[in-house]
Amino acid sequence: MKPRQQRMWFVAIIFSGIALATVLVLLSLGENMMYFYSPSQISKGEVPRDAVIRVGGLVVNDSVVHDDKNLGVRFKLTDTANTITVYYHGILPDLFREGQGIVAIGEIDAAGQMKANEVLAKHDENYMPPEVADALKTAAEGGSMPIPDSHTHK
Amino acid sequence: MWRFTLPLMGFGLLVLILAIGLTQDPSEVPSPLIGKPAPEFELPRLHDPSQNLSLADLKGEITLLNVWASWCESCRVEHPFISEIAASGAVAVYGLNYKDERGEALKWLKALGDPYQAIAVDQDGRVAIDFGVYGAPESYLLDQNGVIVYKKIGPITARDWKEDVSPLIQQLRDKQL
Amino acid sequence: MIPEFGNFALVMALGIALVQSIVPLVGAVQNNSRMMAVAVPAARLQFVCVAISFLCLTISFIQNDFSVLYVAKNSNSLLPLHYRISAVWGSHEGSLLLWALILSGWTIAVSIFKKSLPLTLSSRVLAILGIISVGFLLFLLLTSNPFLRLFPAAAEGNDLNPLLQDPGLIFHPPILYMGYVGLAVPFAFAIAALLQGRIDASWTRWSRPWALVAWIFLTLGIALGSWWAYYELGWGGWWFWDPVENASFMPWLVTTALLHSLAVTEQRNTFKAWTLLLSIFGFSLSLLGTFLVRSGVLVSVHAFATDPARGVFILIFLAFVIGSALFLYAWRASAIISLGRFSALSRETLLLINNVLLLVACATILVGTLYPLFMDAMQLGKISVGPPYFDKVFAPLMLLLVFVLGFGPMTHWRKDTFKNLINRLLKSALISALLGMAFVLLIFGPAPLLTTLAVVLGVWVIASSLATFKNHLGKDKPLDRLRLLPLAYFGMLVAHIGVGVFIIGVTLVSTYEQSETVRLAVGESYTLANRRFELADLTSVQGPNYNAEQATIKIFRGDHLVSTQFPEKRFYHSSSQPMTEAGIDAGLFRDFYISLGEPQQGNAWTMRLNYKPFVRWIWLGALLMAFGGLLAVLDRRYRKKQEGAN
Repeated sequence: MKPRQQRMWFVAIIFSGIALATVLVLLSLGENMMYFYSPSQISKGEVPRDAVIRVGGLVVNDSVVHDDKNLGVRFKLTDTANTITVYYHGILPDLFREGQGIVAIGEIDAAGQMKANEVLAKHDENYMPPEVADALKTAAEGGSMPIPDSHTHK
Repeated sequence: MWRFTLPLMGFGLLVLILAIGLTQDPSEVPSPLIGKPAPEFELPRLHDPSQNLSLADLKGEITLLNVWASWCESCRVEHPFISEIAASGAVAVYGLNYKDERGEALKWLKALGDPYQAIAVDQDGRVAIDFGVYGAPESYLLDQNGVIVYKKIGPITARDWKEDVSPLIQQLRDKQL
Repeated sequence: MIPEFGNFALVMALGIALVQSIVPLVGAVQNNSRMMAVAVPAARLQFVCVAISFLCLTISFIQNDFSVLYVAKNSNSLLPLHYRISAVWGSHEGSLLLWALILSGWTIAVSIFKKSLPLTLSSRVLAILGIISVGFLLFLLLTSNPFLRLFPAAAEGNDLNPLLQDPGLIFHPPILYMGYVGLAVPFAFAIAALLQGRIDASWTRWSRPWALVAWIFLTLGIALGSWWAYYELGWGGWWFWDPVENASFMPWLVTTALLHSLAVTEQRNTFKAWTLLLSIFGFSLSLLGTFLVRSGVLVSVHAFATDPARGVFILIFLAFVIGSALFLYAWRASAIISLGRFSALSRETLLLINNVLLLVACATILVGTLYPLFMDAMQLGKISVGPPYFDKVFAPLMLLLVFVLGFGPMTHWRKDTFKNLINRLLKSALISALLGMAFVLLIFGPAPLLTTLAVVLGVWVIASSLATFKNHLGKDKPLDRLRLLPLAYFGMLVAHIGVGVFIIGVTLVSTYEQSETVRLAVGESYTLANRRFELADLTSVQGPNYNAEQATIKIFRGDHLVSTQFPEKRFYHSSSQPMTEAGIDAGLFRDFYISLGEPQQGNAWTMRLNYKPFVRWIWLGALLMAFGGLLAVLDRRYRKKQEGAN
């Protein structure tokens, strides 16, 4: 190829790469974004059904009920203003404790309870995941706003 | 040639986003209460539940109100430093025992020492909500008139003390003179 | 005294680094060889100072000097010696000091091996490395000084995070940093090339092995991190798309692209400006990763203590270093002319596609990592981008890349034809398609289309690599040809086979892994993936600084006892965090992975049983890639030409 053609070839390959990436990102980003909600927003019914969301809050003391037969567990999650019920099947993370801040990922069912697919507690020397703190803060102010992100492990 | 400047422009955009991101620390939660009078409360005292502790008891001197609980792991970490502050006499240290059981709380104090002048028991966390407590530990610095001048979420550290709390106390004392 | 001495050495290092960065650059402009010659002694002296400083901190840890804040925070007197030493880099300040030490180590390595380089080039390279050192030393001294004293001294220190008390964590950070920081060398070479306005053959031959060594460390570091997460975090995941992982993966992708682009530049005298840009990108991403991890703009599982002042400092440093590098690129890159010509179907084109795919993959990760930040900054709501995004975007890009990879080494430089290419590769294509499908079908039965395709492509990479090898040997006197083949050629083959092994591992484990959460009392058993897991016993175990509940689990295949595992739940004295120690029955073709959940009534526990087929292939593939890199570095031509050129 002549230098000019060669440069065009270069540009063409780069642009098809960018186009491919853009398509992939646009296709995947929208459906894999999870918004954050607080228990207050869920109580008020501000959360869409059938959407996977993240909820942060404190596990209410003495609210954890285990069902030994099928490893189900139910607990109440609060931002101190409002409280919701969360149910989950499986092993809770090491750091899960009553009174502790956790994040649950899942969907809201017709009864307004949360069916969690994943319960996360943070490996952190900090005393509480920030999104939990933020959910509580918003509740205390009477406002309602989604809470920030945190990647957490099981 | 213009095409060689593309990376630089892209990078400029990236730095801009990062700079904006930096101003929004995801773990920082500013308190709306600073500069405002602390909420009124009247709660039973831990050591003697028949007596009450109220905001009025705290007024008249500079106080550090420390929210703690026996179930709270970070409080255990924070405790030696709180004791150090109390022993130094720089400020009167009060406790707010948050969503705790009395027996456990007393056991905890017995094991680790009790640096508090008095401790209010907030069993249901009602007062904590007024204070905007997110969890334990938290500490509030109140001036002589019971106005919140400083708040720390999480354990108070030597650095917080040196850089924030201690200078604030000095300022308050200077103002008083 | 020792901490003060360490601090002093650090200040000295900063002063020397300033000399190292300014004097040779001025010398290069004025063509003053005496000024340029300052670079080498300065680089060596700087290394000595940083090493002394690092040694001082290590001694403070060994002696349990809790009057040093950093020591008191990260160590205690009960900690075994090897963890006291690794605690030096267990937290922010010390790991930055390690970073500075490694950077000065790389610098001194350049100063030792640089003999054949023209003085102007070598002194510029050392000066640029000096500038980066200045940045990191300033960062250390201003925001993260590990030698700060604690008054009064603590009687006893905090514990090291129990999660970090693990042999994997002794080696993981240093190896990863070797890779991160090593990218500074090709970066410095690129800047020096832009300053002198040309790239010649000696430049490429020089830059390539350094990029390779950094890449090897990066590969090993990432693989080690993944392996550690797998066995230590207790639930069998090996990659989480966590921001911190992404921060190490992005430079890896770009450096992989750089290695291939450097090959084109060396062999064909083209892609020059592109190679320079990739060299800049590689190190830029490693700095960006540092920023993301240390500044706290993104919240991640790897909870480093964050401090806004640190974030501001790194952002300014990053903007300065990368900004000026890209500015220089914008200004000077047009002067660097690529002479080599190639046609539309040629190895050059395929390598260009490889580069574009790798860069695009890196860009999609960057977008996914920074998107929550962007949404937040634009006040569009708080979101998180989950692992499914990354999986979904990454899989097609990688499959495409692997498809092209199979053709690359078999295609001629400059010009090739489809007919010839098909002739050469048809056999391996057919074999890999059949073998791949048979492989999946025989072991796992009918499989989803995408799984089959991915396995076929994995086999395709291996088969075409072997075919290329055979083709290279030719028909007559293959042994003579074998002797003449450069080591770098074997390196490439091994690394490519590693990619194939990796792809097969990832595909099979993500399609066929099985996991079940069960409640077992002593004497009960559960069957998963044709194995019967029996809880035989529960005991309490005393560790050096923890108590543990230990389960004895027997794994049976039919009536035959395959393995006995002892998963634990540990309670460290110094922290209330329980820790799950998984029991892993490892094998080349499958792992059985057991982690304990919670105790239940009636002498029972909940536990998670996992069957992970071919999971080892993931790390095996990574090891092969790194080994291939090693072979390439050891190639004769890098040594010989360097001696000859002097």
